[in-house]
Amino acid sequence: MADLHTLRRKTVNAVMLTVTGFCALFATGTLLFILGYLFAHGASSLSWAFFTKLPTPVGEAGGGMANAIVGSGKLLLLATAVGVPIGFLGGVYLAEFGGTTFSYVIRYVTDLLNGVPSIVIGIFAYTLIVLPQGHFSTLAGGLGLGVMMIPIAVRSSEEFLRAVPNSLREGAMALGASKAKSILTVVIPAAKNGIMTGIMLNLARVAGETAPLLFTSFGNRYWSSGWEQPISALPVMIFTYAISPYQDWHNQAWAAGFVLLTLVLAVNIFARAVLAKKKHVAR
Amino acid sequence: MAASSTSVTSAGPARPAQNFWGRLRGGDEIAYLITFIAAASILLVTTLLVFELYVNSHLSRAKFGWSFLTTSTWDPVADQFGALPFIYGTAVTSFLALLIGIPLGVGAAIFLAELSPPKISDALTFLIELLAAVPSVIYGLLGIFVLVPILRLVEPYLRAVLGWTPLFSGPFYGVSLFSAGVVLSVMIIPFIISISREVILAVPGDQREGALALGATSWETVWDVVVPYAKKGIIGSIFLALARSLGETMAVTMVIGNDPKIKASLFAPGYSIAAVIANEFTEATGKLYTSALIELGLVLFALTIVINGLARLMLVGADKYKA
Repeated sequence: MADLHTLRRKTVNAVMLTVTGFCALFATGTLLFILGYLFAHGASSLSWAFFTKLPTPVGEAGGGMANAIVGSGKLLLLATAVGVPIGFLGGVYLAEFGGTTFSYVIRYVTDLLNGVPSIVIGIFAYTLIVLPQGHFSTLAGGLGLGVMMIPIAVRSSEEFLRAVPNSLREGAMALGASKAKSILTVVIPAAKNGIMTGIMLNLARVAGETAPLLFTSFGNRYWSSGWEQPISALPVMIFTYAISPYQDWHNQAWAAGFVLLTLVLAVNIFARAVLAKKKHVAR
Repeated sequence: MAASSTSVTSAGPARPAQNFWGRLRGGDEIAYLITFIAAASILLVTTLLVFELYVNSHLSRAKFGWSFLTTSTWDPVADQFGALPFIYGTAVTSFLALLIGIPLGVGAAIFLAELSPPKISDALTFLIELLAAVPSVIYGLLGIFVLVPILRLVEPYLRAVLGWTPLFSGPFYGVSLFSAGVVLSVMIIPFIISISREVILAVPGDQREGALALGATSWETVWDVVVPYAKKGIIGSIFLALARSLGETMAVTMVIGNDPKIKASLFAPGYSIAAVIANEFTEATGKLYTSALIELGLVLFALTIVINGLARLMLVGADKYKA
């Protein structure tokens, strides 16, 4: 009788181990599947023209997404200009100067902003720039992406600044440096790698954002000059091409998905490798 | 204005060496001011966001009032706008995503944190965190071209087993509430796993040792001791995942079918709040139409704020999130 009981418990143990193991396998299997499928489909649709040519008119085969690649770059540049200064300096405030009440409010609001769905950020950029100006523009898209970057930039900057040992700050101050000087010449350089990595991860995240761009930068089948015209971006192209009825466009969507995912994953893997190395040194 | 609020906030904490006058030397007050302005602008941006949503949805709020949330006619031609079909679609797809995502996600988290050998756990965790970085439009792409065809194959079997319920009746075109729910579940699983795993890892070792010393098997230790201890954090991770799936736009837009009707069947095409904004915003003619879409944005914003707030409450207990 007692043996039966033990047997049952052992069986449950083994079964649940297997079941949870399968859950983990399923989750990772999904990634491998996504990667495999995209690589197979995307790489075969990829050609040199994809990187060098403009999209062709509907019905005409060939063409590429050169303008969307440049467009994504321009949008990310703008986003960095908006999101990183505010996020980084905000992070410095929280880590080095912050008191209690105001810092609490800022952290709370940052979390709140981080939780805002990307499509709502799109509406925000629309009401702020597109509505008053009366036309879609690169500026509006960049602003939307920039706002999306702020919360993560704040958090990662604060986190890495806090990870700098206090003895470094005390050492600088003991040598007579003012607080500003010690932050600028000792604390920030010590946290530099982490902060840069955080910014890269942040960029990789917004590089794949589509929703905030749909009605801000809108899309463009030609080159976009300056910052006032609509501009196309890779994720928006993937969306429009994927829901179109043309086989040729589907293939291009796969190619664009392949390029986008490769970039995003490469940045993520690189960043994680840098961070992991740093942790080992710290220990 | 800024200078006065600086002195006020800096007077708050009891750190006499760092008061406003002390910082005046060495450019400290300039550094303080610059970073303070950056921090304050985060507050400003967020306030402005709420303000813009509120002001620009004025027309729709004035015309429909609270009935906006409870009526289900969405007719841009007749200028009649009711948000219920979208709220329904968002709720159903998110619920479905949780239904599939919770068991798989929590199961995987338990395995990775407690049961698997550390090397396997590290490798799998790495892969799963990469999965969280995949852009949502890529999920949508795979949803349209891979998942929907697979679901078409699975659908007859589902119908054979569950076809007697209204949930699985009616024709299946591929794009549907069901497909959207499945795509969402794949998207939220990495979030549930990575946060739940951390929460479980944070459970003190003596809890496990105590249970094992009493003769519990490893599963009993996990299920009866470790998981109850980490329960709040796991629920928090689920709320975070829920908030994410409510606001998820691209992947859902691409597979939900975009039909603003409330149907009992999961096989029927539907519509979600985020999807209707994404699809109709640029083609919205007339101020009232745009205003109604912005009000939908406001509703979505409010929903995610509430859910995220709940998640924060739950995760406060978990060590990692103790600020």
